Formats: sequence, C-alpha cells, structure tokens
Amino acid sequence: MTEPLVKPKKKNPVERTRLATLPPAARSRAALGLTRAAAEGRFEMQVCAECATVQYPPREVCGQCLSEHLNWKSVDDRGELIAITTLRHSNDLYFRERLPWQVGTVKMVAGPVVVAHVHEDCAANSAVRLALKLDRSGQAVLHALPEKDTPNMNDAPQMRESTCDPKFRRVLISDGKSAMGLALAKAMLDAGANTVFLGDPTSWKRVAAFDKLTADPRVQVVELDVTDTDSVKRLAASIGGKIEIMLNTAAYLRGNPGEGGILGRKDVILARDAMEVNVLGLMRLAQAFGPGMCFRAADGSNNAVAWVNVLSIHALVALPARGAWSASMAAALSTAQTLRTELRGAGVRVMNVFPGPIDEEWEQLTPPPKLAPSAVAKAIVKGLQDGLEDVYVGEIAEEIRERLRDNHKAVERELGQ
Amino acid sequence: MTTPILTQFMNELLSGRLKLVDLTQTLTPEFPTIVLPPEFGQAWPFRIEEISRYDERGPAWYWNNFSMSEHTGTHFDAPIHWISGKDQPDNAVDSIPAENFIASACVIDVSAESAANPDFLLTIDFVKAWEEKHGRIPERAWVLLRTDWSKRTTPAEYLNMAEDGAHSPGPDAEVVPWLIRERNVHGFGTESVGTDAGQAHHLNPPYPCHYYMHGNNRYGLQCLTNLDQLPPQGTLIFAAPLKIRNGSGSPLRVLALAPTA
Repeated sequence: MTEPLVKPKKKNPVERTRLATLPPAARSRAALGLTRAAAEGRFEMQVCAECATVQYPPREVCGQCLSEHLNWKSVDDRGELIAITTLRHSNDLYFRERLPWQVGTVKMVAGPVVVAHVHEDCAANSAVRLALKLDRSGQAVLHALPEKDTPNMNDAPQMRESTCDPKFRRVLISDGKSAMGLALAKAMLDAGANTVFLGDPTSWKRVAAFDKLTADPRVQVVELDVTDTDSVKRLAASIGGKIEIMLNTAAYLRGNPGEGGILGRKDVILARDAMEVNVLGLMRLAQAFGPGMCFRAADGSNNAVAWVNVLSIHALVALPARGAWSASMAAALSTAQTLRTELRGAGVRVMNVFPGPIDEEWEQLTPPPKLAPSAVAKAIVKGLQDGLEDVYVGEIAEEIRERLRDNHKAVERELGQ
Repeated sequence: MTTPILTQFMNELLSGRLKLVDLTQTLTPEFPTIVLPPEFGQAWPFRIEEISRYDERGPAWYWNNFSMSEHTGTHFDAPIHWISGKDQPDNAVDSIPAENFIASACVIDVSAESAANPDFLLTIDFVKAWEEKHGRIPERAWVLLRTDWSKRTTPAEYLNMAEDGAHSPGPDAEVVPWLIRERNVHGFGTESVGTDAGQAHHLNPPYPCHYYMHGNNRYGLQCLTNLDQLPPQGTLIFAAPLKIRNGSGSPLRVLALAPTA
C-alpha cells in the first residue's frame, strides 16, 4: 500500500535547487489523440470503423485490416497486468532522478497489449485499470492503476509525477474576494493545501466571508491587483518562490446581459477593463510568477506544478449578449495556450477551466442552470488531482463543447438568439 | 527706483520668508480612486508601465506610459464635470481662463471635528465662527477644508467604506450656495477623494458641492495634502489642470505659496 505523503520539510536553503527535466516528449501526430483524451480525462484509443479492432500504439491504418478509418473512441480501460519490471537504471535524465520506476505489460480487455507505468499498489497477474495521464512533458502516458482505489494512491511518487494534487502544496488565488476565489480557497484547504495565499484586490472593501476565511491560520491575505504591474511584481518578489499552484480567478464581468455587446454600448471602456483583468492581468501574473514556478518545477514533493485559469465556455464561442467580455475570454484562452507552451518546458501544467454560467452577482438575470462556485471549485480540485489540462464544468459547458464539435455555426447562431 | 514686484517676490521666496508647499499626492497605482456603485462607469486608477529603462527596449533612456481618469489622484474639477455646470461658459479645462489658475486660499481646519466624526459637515455657522477668528473670506478665494484625511495612508482608512457607503467629511447643502453668494468663492478643495462628503448622496441636493459650485462656474480640488502646513489666510494657490480638449478635470500639481510662520 502506498505510504501517505508526509508534509514536506522546510527546504535546506544552502542546497542547490535541482532544475526540471522532462520525460521524452516526441510523439507522432496520430499519438496526440491520446494526449487529447488525457488532457480532458478520458480513456480513448483508435477503433477501426470496419473491423472494430482497438489500436495501440496509435497509427494511420488499422493493424488488422489496413483500413484508414480509425476513430478515437472511449474503450474499456480494464486489463490484466501480466508482467512488472522495476527500473533501477536509466540513461534518461528525467527517469534517472526518479528511480526506481515501475513499468509493466498489460493485456487489455479491449485487445491490445500495452506497456504502462505501474502503480505501486498493483500486483503482478492481477486485474488493473488503465488511465491515460499527461506526464511532465504534457504528453499522454498509460498508467496501470489498482482495480479499485487504494488509500493514498495519489500520493505515490509515480502518480505525483502525472498529477497536480494540491495536497501539501502552497497555492495563490489571484482574486480571493470573489465568490469563485472564496469557494476555491475553501476547496484547496479541504484538499490538503499547506498554505492558501489569498489575493485581495480591494483592501478597502469588507467582505464577511473573506474575513471569516482568513481566520484560518493556513490562509494568508496578500494585496494583489492584476491590473497593477507593480502590485503583481511586488507580490512575486515576496512570495513567488512559494507558489506551487497558481489559481487565476481574477475575472471581470460587468453589465447585465444585453448591455455588454458591441453596438449596445457607446464606448469600449467595459471591454478595455475586461481585457485589462482577464487578458493583461493573466500576462502580468505569468511574467511575474512564471519564471519562479519553472525554477521550482522539480523541487521535491511539493514542486511547482500547475497554473489554473478560470475562464468560461464562452472563451470558445461568443455570447453576443456579453460580446466584449466574450472577446476577453477568447483572448485569455489564447494567452493561456501560449503560456502552456512556455511553461511546458519546465513541466508546469496549465489547466484551463471552462464553466458555464456561475451563480454570482453579475449572472443574476441568467436563467438556471447556474453553477455554484463550490461546484466549479470541486471540479478544479479534481482536475488537479487527475492532472488535466482542460476542464469543462456543468451541463451548459459540456453541451456547448459537444455541439461545437458537431456544428459550430449552429452554436454561433443560437447563442445570438 | 522701486524693485519690480516679481523680483520682490523671488527675494521673499529665496530668503525663506515665503514658503512653497506642495499640496499634491504622489500618483501611485495604490492611491484610491472614487468608487461608484458597480453598475456605473468607473474612473480608472493610476496605472504605469515602463517603456524602457536603459535596457534593450531603449538603451540610454528611461520612460513610462501611464493611464488614469481625469479624476484620479490630486485633481481639479471643472464646471462641465457636473450636469449643473454643463452650459456654463468656459467650463472645461481647456477653456477656463488661465488667470483662474492662480487664486488666494483660506484653510478651514476641521481636523479635530473630522477625527471625532468622519461624517462631519461644514456649516454656515462654522464658517462664520471661523471668520470671526481669522477674518472674512476674500473674494475669489479657494476654500480648502483641512480634515487631515490625507494622513489616512491605507485605502481602507482613506475611503472609509461601510455597508452604507463612504464616510468622509465635506460641506453641507447650505454652506455651499452661501459661500458662492455671500463670499463669491473661487472653488472648494478637500483632502478626501471628492469635494463632497462621503454620504453626500443623502443630502439635498445630492452632492451639493458639485451641484452648486459647478452650477455657478466654480471649481473643485480634491485629494489635496499638506493643508496642515498652510495658515488660515494669506495663501496663494497655483492649480492649473492639463489642457485636455473639453476635459472635465485633470490630475495636476497644486502648489501653495504662504508666508513662513
């Protein structure tokens, strides 16, 4: 059974911080289908449309009948672990620092025989579940997991390499005074975060729930306004080396639906304010905190692992009633994609969260279903524990996402009605 | 031969018999800007981004871009700022006659009253009592309200927000028209974020200082500091806003000349 993770000791300040190394990242284009599934927490492989053979590794034509019609589909994740090997030596810079490392061969119920990273709670010749997870290179790898969850299984060092669990980590919530920020702070504490740095952009404003939360000794209030470059830099200079998970909740949404389009307003001030927070704010945070997080990306069991952006499903397609805000969300997503590439070099994961409407002040007139901030927070914690890159929260977000794949023009038209 | 007046003036200044007092707050991103209900448009706070600092973006020079509203930091309110002043002649910062940027000033000290009551309102009786002690307010003089509000250094203390809004001192609804009618004042200046009191939306009319001063083509100054260094009477204020076309106000440097005590 996995030993529970112990709270990391204070770092020895005279020892050199080891820099991040990455597992092999090269993949064929076809293999990126696995990465897509892993990024969203699904288990998919190619299935031949003609002979139904499940393919592994990914390929261009069916290994059985040479058909080109291979479709990515959810497949049965069960299998039998038929061999385990413990690596005690590796010439790869990433693995040689993490030895011993367990790999094994799994005969899948769906057909293929695969090589996978093997969880320490798996026994040879036993039934296992396979999972596709992103490794520190951001590429999908197969993990063989015990058939049923075991205590502390997420604490296993090999699992910790593919996940971004908040347990024993220190997090910064950029806007801790919003409904989302408050819910997320609570969820992070419940998930075992060591410290929650709670950003306060409006120190002059009293918020009872904020004051209540800050009574917890694990919560530290920090002044942070993402529209103020100096404020962001000052905070990074003071606690930048402690942030292991960045939770960017700074979000700007103003106006009632219908007042936030393009022609409905006489100015671009709301649009500019939204860009200032949602886009440039993210850039300022990234420029100030990104380098420090990259530097600590392999720093022990509480290494810097993740950067979370709470966006909206309307980052993918505009809600014309909130056109300017939608534009800021789209720009934020684009920014986050670039940031993902830049942080990937150190193995720090960018997780984008796409909720539907959240039940908060500026969504008062939005009809249900609306997501409770706590539900979004829960999805974020799970996304980090599973090591995801893209998280769609709630039925509206899921539906829009599905329908965009089907007919994006239909979604575009219907959101404008 | 008599000494020219400006030479005399410079002699007074250089000898230290006259002092120059800077009444301006430093523009910083942290300095609070007025907060309106969130459904209204909001004034931008001061924001600054470095263009270059002797680096690859500009090897031999340092400079910044900044942004803010016309009503951020120590700033001037032109009559056009308020609906009551919209049709006044020469009511915008670019059209106000330049001679209006120099005026004498009276400083009414209500710092003790404000410390005891953040909602302190200046009344006609208070001004009359002040005049008995310090002399009549001269024509076309700024009336500056010393509250020591500038010594409140955190945004929370300065804005002093409660569930029912901001709490800061200002003039009541009777004293403003009285100052204009009876004393023909130049304008009204405060240390807090606006010329009106924090709770002035509950007065009749709401925001009487804005309403009457601008409605009578008078001016406003706010977010002033160092008023505690000025005498009650005998100060000269130099306050020239930026020349923004049709501007409703502007951040500015407010300089005071006063005899050294």
